[in-house]
Amino acid sequence: MPTIEIASKPVTVNEEGFMTVYDEWSEEIAKVLAAQVEIELTPRHWEVIHFLREDFKKEGESSTSRHTQTVGGFPIKEQFELFPKKPAKKMSYIAGLPKPKGCV
Amino acid sequence: MTTPAIVPNFGSDDTGRKMAIICSKGNLDMAYPGLILGNAALGEGIETHLFFTFWGFDMIIKSRMADLQFSPAGNTAMHLPGTNAHIPQAVMPVPGMTSMATHMLKKQLDDLKIPSVPDFLEQIVAAGGHLWACRLSADMNKVSELDLRDDVEGIISASDFIEMTEGAQLLFI
Repeated sequence: MPTIEIASKPVTVNEEGFMTVYDEWSEEIAKVLAAQVEIELTPRHWEVIHFLREDFKKEGESSTSRHTQTVGGFPIKEQFELFPKKPAKKMSYIAGLPKPKGCV
Repeated sequence: MTTPAIVPNFGSDDTGRKMAIICSKGNLDMAYPGLILGNAALGEGIETHLFFTFWGFDMIIKSRMADLQFSPAGNTAMHLPGTNAHIPQAVMPVPGMTSMATHMLKKQLDDLKIPSVPDFLEQIVAAGGHLWACRLSADMNKVSELDLRDDVEGIISASDFIEMTEGAQLLFI
């Protein structure tokens, strides 16, 4: 696993650039990750990100778009508006979590 | 020792990749491949069109879409759960088998948090997917726009669909 520097902190990522250590994440890092995929974080983005972080702790895996809607209460349509084109992957990336594994 | 930033490749916004999925089956088990792949394509930012034709029409007829059935008859890949043992085809046509198998499949899907057919279509539309109905199937089934889901964008001919999906990757299910 490569170690890269984000927001002046060493961060472990996989070969694609997704963070692999839950506790290495911080809001400062999230801002940099978001900027790298051209997303400016609004308060609503933060609500989604905090849900994903909490949910991962409970479920042990990254939330899919469906789960983020049914459990988190963030409608799919809004997810596409907040994290265009590939919401599930972009949300996980910014939240410092692995890519979701689920098909739905 | 750190290496330079690694940013995932989420693809450029203008790849122009398109996907067209033809849903021609009305059995519960055969409704899902198109829904799952269409939903996955949308989640990857791909423009996705679903075209419902022949038996697949039941997936978008309001009075039928929640009541698709699954029959194990003729399906030689049916096994006793968790084993490689085949279930004999001779027992498949007994009365009640279809409703029992349908019930079991729905429960399995539900346990995996897979949405029902109507909910799945709603999710696909929310994700930006397009639903189209086949003209000939509408005529054969004697149904009009009023009988179809409100989010079906139109009843169109096969040639309209072919024209609309120029350059798309096509799946026939």
